[in-house]
Amino acid sequence: MSTTAPPSGPVAALNAAAAAFIARYNDSKARLPGDTHARAEAAALLAEHGLPGPREEAWRYTSLRPFAETPFAPSVPAEPPASLLARIPAIEGTRLVFVDGRFHSELSGVPRGIRVTTGEPALGRIARPATEKLVALNTMLAEDGAAIHVPAGIDGGTIILVSIATGHSIGFHPRHAVVLAAGAKLTVLDLALGDGEYLHNPVISFEIAEGATASHLRIQDEGEGAFHLSTAYAEVAADATYDSFALTLGARLARMEVHARLAGERAAAHLNAAQLLGNTRSGDGQHADFTTVVAHDAPNTASRQTVKNVLTGRSRGVFQGKIEVARIAQKTDGYQMNQALLLSAEAEMNSKPQLEIYADDVKCSHGATVGALDGDQLFYLRSRGVPEAEARAILVRAFLSEALDPIGHDQARGAMEAAIAGWWDRHTI
Amino acid sequence: MLEIKGLAAVIDNKTILNGIDLVVPTGEIHAIMGPNGSGKSTLAYVLAGREGYEVTAGSATYDGHDLLGIEPEERAALGLFLAFQYPVELPGVNNANFLRTALNAQRRARGEAELNAVQFLKLARAQAKALSMPDDMLKRNVNVGFSGGEKKRNEVLQMAVLRPKLAILDETDSGLDIDALKIVADGVNALRGPDFSAVVITHYQRLLDHIVPDRVHILSNGRIVKSGGPELAHALEAGGYAAIVPEGASEAA
Amino acid sequence: MPVVAETLDAVQAATESGYKWGFSTDIEMEMAPKGLNTDIIRLISARKNEPEWLLEWRLKAYAVWLKMEEPDWAMVNHPPIDYQDLHYYAAPKKKPGPRSLDEVDPELLRTYEKLGIPLRERAILAGVEGAEDERPQVAMDAVFDSVSVATTFKATLAKSGVIFCPISEAVQEHPELVRKYLGSVVPVGDNYFAALNSAVFTDGSFVYIPKGVRCPMELSTYFRINARNTGQFERTLIIAEEASHVSYLEGCTAPQRDENQLHAAVVELVAFDDAVIKYSTVQNWYPGDAEGKGGVYNFVTKRGACRGARSKISWTQVETGSAITWKYPSCILQGDDSVGEFYSVAVTTNHQQADTGTKMIHIGKRTTSTIVSKGISAGKSNNTYRGLVRIAPRADGARNFTQCDSLLIGDQCGAHTVPYIESRNPTARLEHEATTSKIDDDQLFYCRQRGLNQEDAVGMIVNGFCKDVLKELPMEFAVEAQKLLAVSLEGSVG
Repeated sequence: MSTTAPPSGPVAALNAAAAAFIARYNDSKARLPGDTHARAEAAALLAEHGLPGPREEAWRYTSLRPFAETPFAPSVPAEPPASLLARIPAIEGTRLVFVDGRFHSELSGVPRGIRVTTGEPALGRIARPATEKLVALNTMLAEDGAAIHVPAGIDGGTIILVSIATGHSIGFHPRHAVVLAAGAKLTVLDLALGDGEYLHNPVISFEIAEGATASHLRIQDEGEGAFHLSTAYAEVAADATYDSFALTLGARLARMEVHARLAGERAAAHLNAAQLLGNTRSGDGQHADFTTVVAHDAPNTASRQTVKNVLTGRSRGVFQGKIEVARIAQKTDGYQMNQALLLSAEAEMNSKPQLEIYADDVKCSHGATVGALDGDQLFYLRSRGVPEAEARAILVRAFLSEALDPIGHDQARGAMEAAIAGWWDRHTI
Repeated sequence: MLEIKGLAAVIDNKTILNGIDLVVPTGEIHAIMGPNGSGKSTLAYVLAGREGYEVTAGSATYDGHDLLGIEPEERAALGLFLAFQYPVELPGVNNANFLRTALNAQRRARGEAELNAVQFLKLARAQAKALSMPDDMLKRNVNVGFSGGEKKRNEVLQMAVLRPKLAILDETDSGLDIDALKIVADGVNALRGPDFSAVVITHYQRLLDHIVPDRVHILSNGRIVKSGGPELAHALEAGGYAAIVPEGASEAA
Repeated sequence: MPVVAETLDAVQAATESGYKWGFSTDIEMEMAPKGLNTDIIRLISARKNEPEWLLEWRLKAYAVWLKMEEPDWAMVNHPPIDYQDLHYYAAPKKKPGPRSLDEVDPELLRTYEKLGIPLRERAILAGVEGAEDERPQVAMDAVFDSVSVATTFKATLAKSGVIFCPISEAVQEHPELVRKYLGSVVPVGDNYFAALNSAVFTDGSFVYIPKGVRCPMELSTYFRINARNTGQFERTLIIAEEASHVSYLEGCTAPQRDENQLHAAVVELVAFDDAVIKYSTVQNWYPGDAEGKGGVYNFVTKRGACRGARSKISWTQVETGSAITWKYPSCILQGDDSVGEFYSVAVTTNHQQADTGTKMIHIGKRTTSTIVSKGISAGKSNNTYRGLVRIAPRADGARNFTQCDSLLIGDQCGAHTVPYIESRNPTARLEHEATTSKIDDDQLFYCRQRGLNQEDAVGMIVNGFCKDVLKELPMEFAVEAQKLLAVSLEGSVG
């Protein structure tokens, strides 16, 4: 990407952006660490297929055009400002801090009982650059990441995985891989903070072996000029659980994609999320997209999703959720609920919950609601003397609680609440 | 006459019935009592032909017909009726339509003339009235939105319309108040006669005050461990199962 | 005049007019050469003696179609269609059919019997030669009834000012109405199949209900005997003026064979202030054999515009036929307080594929829509609900309720639900619920304990599952549709 005027039309803009990324890869490939073969393959994929475009069904509601047309400032190494560091919640666990996509050892700790390596991208086994174009982009340009391995039967405690964007980098593509051996446990608090305009395109994968439990708690609180485009993968073996909650507050344009595959019997996935969106200080509406694909590939597997959207200003929320049930996955139990509160005249919600089912003995359902706050409830509170603004806040918090309540980690839950309080200070509902 | 000999059945590799011997002569009403998990409902289901049970030994015949070798609807056509402990809901299926379809299917199987809608409604309304049930029960969807008591009364109404020769009542009294209990008892007593027999499965002696059984059997661990007259139910009520069930019989089979 | 003689006249009139509508008997060429080009379109237009504007309209549609690509987003698979390998114009010649019912496929006859279709009608449906003009022997003959009824009704309709005729006739008799409304709801370039239809449509129905008129009958019985031979590119246009009311039913529960594999119909409905249009469909085109060979590809565009305040358009469909169904009857709710409804049952068995649903576009204030979809998949079929609910920024107080339920029978089929929910107004309220399950073993056992055999039990449970949709059908068809569901699913269970 250059500072010259971008070409017109969404497809032309995306092609130009893809070409700029490939040029950057060609310039820097000699010094990029890790698997050069995987990079070259990803570059070939990107050259052939480009970036996700408006004609793709999976990108129906989210256009990358604003991102493709943004002239980013060139990259300058910088230290994170104290204001951002102060926003890292003080909770028990080991910090792994990445600044503009590179591991920062002074800000990070050394975990005990689990193995962590950094210094090159952790590609993992389950990410799919051939299917997800942004993952190809990540694979091509990733410079660093954490490879986390929890041995069998070990409770690895909590990892606080922090990404800080100083706003001095045009874009970074961290690549993390978490592997839990049989019966292991780990909580990852996955935090994204930043200032300025930048692209953050992380990919993280969780391989969860028999009987293991991974808890992936995410707070996306990027700077309001940021583009956050993340992809998470989970492959869940028999009797194992991937338990995730994603809170979206920041970024100008955000998309979180989660691909969970329930590969063994009695595997379970919980993909809960909340998106709180509004206008940026410059008056633009935020756009955030939470997209999930849960593949039930074994019998007796279960998935649960509760996704809440609170939309103010000119913001646009998107939810796409797909439950796929393979022929073999009898006795699947899949449930998905997506709800949106539109709190302003110009907010917009697009929702596409989807079931694709090839097994007959299943119980799958989804529900979606979109609307304003309940007038009767509001009146009830006000008739008891609660001022309107407070009444609205009470009802919005109650609305969110259904998605937040399953978070079993008290400190992480506290961090979520604090981040939501921060959003609350910046927006009127 | 219902004749059960050495009947054993397993579900999910677990033995539930462990050699049942029971004869219910035509015209008699027998009660089966027993603690939770003794196999009472399993016996009812196996006789009616529910899937999921594997009969590993023994036989069950009704008037000489081998019950175990035929389909559930064929057993129904022979005159076997099961009043379910948990009646099933059929959304969108009208109660009267359901009952007429069932009655005519049975009549057809027996070579009897089918009833047209008018004849059927006359019969069904008369039966509902005889059992002091509101007509609108016939108009509603089968068991959908019915209270627990209404569901049980609906089973009795179906029984009254279908006029079975052998009725098996699986804890039809559970969850009923005294008025509903009387309705259930009236339904059974109305059918009582030389051609009708019934197996009444219950936890409590209470129902047996209203449907007086000819014989009472105690089921424990998949076997009938004691049989007697109506007085056995009273003894059970007074002393509990521990007093009746012999030592050793309560151990896991 | 004695009743029998009157009937004979009626039968004859109906038969003759059947040819008059849309096809001339004196053309020498029975079939235009294969392929689609402007010459063929000119030929179609000329044979139908169409005005210049309609030819231009067709040519414009063709030009648009040439630039379009066949859509590939639906969950259906089929070998590529060679659009140059089809005949786009054919005079309806009498094909040698079976000479009596004895020569008809016994499987087909068995199905008719199960549906309770009267004997005479069975012969006609099976295409037995001479069945239509044979002297009615039986007083209670179904065709006798429907033809005479239709004739009587036609007079009644004329009296109330209702226009109901083939669209080719309407082009001649009421060109101003056709010109005003044709393509006003489904523009020529709306989608690939609508563009194709606009270029080459052969015939279909035209209905005009004047202001304040309540159509004195269901437009169904009449249609039932005329539905055959309407060809593969059917075009229907229904206009309901202010405060008028019409109920229209197309299709037939009896299975219909058709040599044309590709069907691409377009239906346009226009409702003005306080008008109500109820459009019911029973679709049972040939679905192909048990191995999935043959069968109709049914790519239909159906759309209604609620242009007036408080207008209402209600679609009800029972889809059991066709190898492929691609169909989304939609409502554009422009008028304030207008109402859109979509009630659908789609059954797929063997290798059938159905991708069907609706679009509800809320533009006016306080517009409401209701969607109830029941999908039943059996065999190796795939059944997809695809629906869009869109609330425009000005649609204050709009409401939508959607319920999509899928039932799976057997473990080789697929059931899919793809809703799109888009809201841009905070005062709108949308609710969507979807479930997928199989036929409950306990329900089956309960029915069988009461004496129903497996198939009847399945039929009863499935009909219960579809009750909310079936009750929207006109009474006579609701009964047939119930039987149709049971017959369609025969052999799928156990």
